[in-house]
Amino acid sequence: MTHSIATTSQGSDERSLLQDLAQETYALTKRLFLQLLRRPSTLIAGILQPLIWLVLFGALFSNAPNDLLPSGLTYGKFLGAGVIVFTAFSGALNAGLPVMFDREFGFLNRLLVAPLRSRSSIILSSVFYITTISLLQSFAIMGTSYGLGYGWPGSAGLLLVVFTLLLLVFAVTALSLGLAFALPGHIELIAVIFVANLPLLFASTALAPISFMPSWLGWLAAINPLTFAIEPIRAAYSGPVDLAMVVLHAPYGDVTGFGCLFVLIGITVGLFVLISPLLNRKLA
Amino acid sequence: MALIEIENLVKSYGKVCALNGLNLNVPQATLYGLLGPNGAGKTTTLRILCTLLSPDSGHVSIAGIDILKHPISVRKILGYVAQEVAIDKILTGRELLQLQGNLYHMHYSDIDKRIRELNLRLDMFDWIDRRCGSYSGGMRRRLDLACGLLHSPTLLILDEPTVGLDIESRSSIWELLVELKSQGTTILLSSHYLEEVEALADQMAIIDGGKVIAEGDPENLKNQLGGDRVTLRVREFSDEIEAQSVRNILESIQGVSQVVVNRLQGFSLNLVVDNQAAVNRMRERLEEENVQVFSLSQSRPSLDDVYLQATGRTIMDAEMEVLKQRDTKAEAKNSMR
Ligand SMILES: Nc1ncnc2c1ncn2[C@@H]1O[C@H](COP(=O)(O)OP(=O)(O)O)[C@@H](O)[C@H]1O
Ligand SMILES: [Mg+2]
Repeated sequence: MTHSIATTSQGSDERSLLQDLAQETYALTKRLFLQLLRRPSTLIAGILQPLIWLVLFGALFSNAPNDLLPSGLTYGKFLGAGVIVFTAFSGALNAGLPVMFDREFGFLNRLLVAPLRSRSSIILSSVFYITTISLLQSFAIMGTSYGLGYGWPGSAGLLLVVFTLLLLVFAVTALSLGLAFALPGHIELIAVIFVANLPLLFASTALAPISFMPSWLGWLAAINPLTFAIEPIRAAYSGPVDLAMVVLHAPYGDVTGFGCLFVLIGITVGLFVLISPLLNRKLA
Repeated sequence: MALIEIENLVKSYGKVCALNGLNLNVPQATLYGLLGPNGAGKTTTLRILCTLLSPDSGHVSIAGIDILKHPISVRKILGYVAQEVAIDKILTGRELLQLQGNLYHMHYSDIDKRIRELNLRLDMFDWIDRRCGSYSGGMRRRLDLACGLLHSPTLLILDEPTVGLDIESRSSIWELLVELKSQGTTILLSSHYLEEVEALADQMAIIDGGKVIAEGDPENLKNQLGGDRVTLRVREFSDEIEAQSVRNILESIQGVSQVVVNRLQGFSLNLVVDNQAAVNRMRERLEEENVQVFSLSQSRPSLDDVYLQATGRTIMDAEMEVLKQRDTKAEAKNSMR
């Protein structure tokens, strides 16, 4: 050996906090995306499942009389918004899994031994990752839904759709990261995801309006967070954007587009506040 | 001043006391060996040092920095190679190293340069661009070692670095460690292999039951034990009563000392003789007392004798005892974040 392998010239220049944070977050995010690229099956399954809902349910009720649904929507148009929201929701819920595997297989320890400027980088990279894949999946469904003739929102509508989805995804991300750190292993996490998924779909306005439901289910649907994401998006699909318009006739009263977004923001902030002590403890 | 100073470290997992007042000083630029049987508390000590675990009480400083108060400063200068290698099976070796470099905030050009150097030194060319999932145990170790060395740490901490490896991989890792030390890196390594510590360490501590029971230069430790070690069996499998009575006889012989009954090896007797004359006196005396000698072996003191002297059992026996009891799966679950 001619040169030393123990020491090397180390950059002596002062690096800024922001630079370090950007570098570590970028590297952690890149890893998650490399995993996704090389193991795309969960991403694809996350698109296929809602696609099947869309096609099957769309066909099942395609002959339903048009005046049954509010504002004369066809069932396909009605369903589109529900399936888009469901896609984003289940995509985000699943995305806590990589974090769980890192905990279980000790990879997290590798990250914790490193001099990260802030361990929030670990959370931040997961949030980036989860947000991107759930939006990707949602866009794939929006595209298909357009292809099936179920429409496309205008540009203001699209903005509202993306904004609403982002709020929902952030909320579910908080939930799924919380679960990924709170539950003892991936089996339990998968079980929770499995059990939570479908009931939340059926007890929302994704597949049918509240007026179709028995009152107990109507109440459930009216407090289901998914409903608060579905209705603004449904409104964006069915006409010009007006957030002051009533979009949900709940048993407890009418809710406007603003109201829905407000509830979603509340849930998102609430969940992040709720899980941050847990994350702080686990990453301390 | 020592690079690592550990004072009165205590750590329990529920009811299990893993560290029970451990004291240790590791001088700069030494290769320090931590020898002890399975369950002695080696991993716990090392995990505390690299800030993965906080102790119940005690004080630890590295390069004068209190690691509990300034963990980030410590993490920067420290490389850690864990006992269980955690690698991302989907990444290639190179991608894992790049990730590691970014987590240590290295310049991109430095990362590439270091990867080239380590690739050369650890001979990873053939597989560094393959996914880690396909690696053999030896490859994983080498990659993990490269990860620990990437940021050129001043202190390298290795937890049983060669356990389960073939002889070839083991000796190439040994060679690398010796080279690193000669270049000024301080290395702290744990092992339950006597020959590993014997071959590598210039300073060492023997730990048992969460405490240091002997420390110093391995040669000195052995020399302190005095003369040759003798293992005496009066029968293939003796019993406590017989062994104790023979022990009483042996203790009265001039030039024979430190007589210990080794219960785990058929109540054989371990003792130290000052010189050959003492061995002869011993044989004569046993004959007079009508004690048969089934076998008698004599050797220079080894590190195992140092351990035996302090604990009354060999490291191998201590291992066997613990292996049955430890539930490593439950422990892994327990120490999950
Ligand atoms: N996570 C854990 N939960 C419970 N007990 C543990 C855990 N880790 C280690 N122990 C116990 O602590 C003692 C010391 O363990 P360890 O530090 O791993 O020893 P070594 O590395 O020397 O084998 C052992 O008795 C072991 O069973
Ligand atoms: Mg260990």
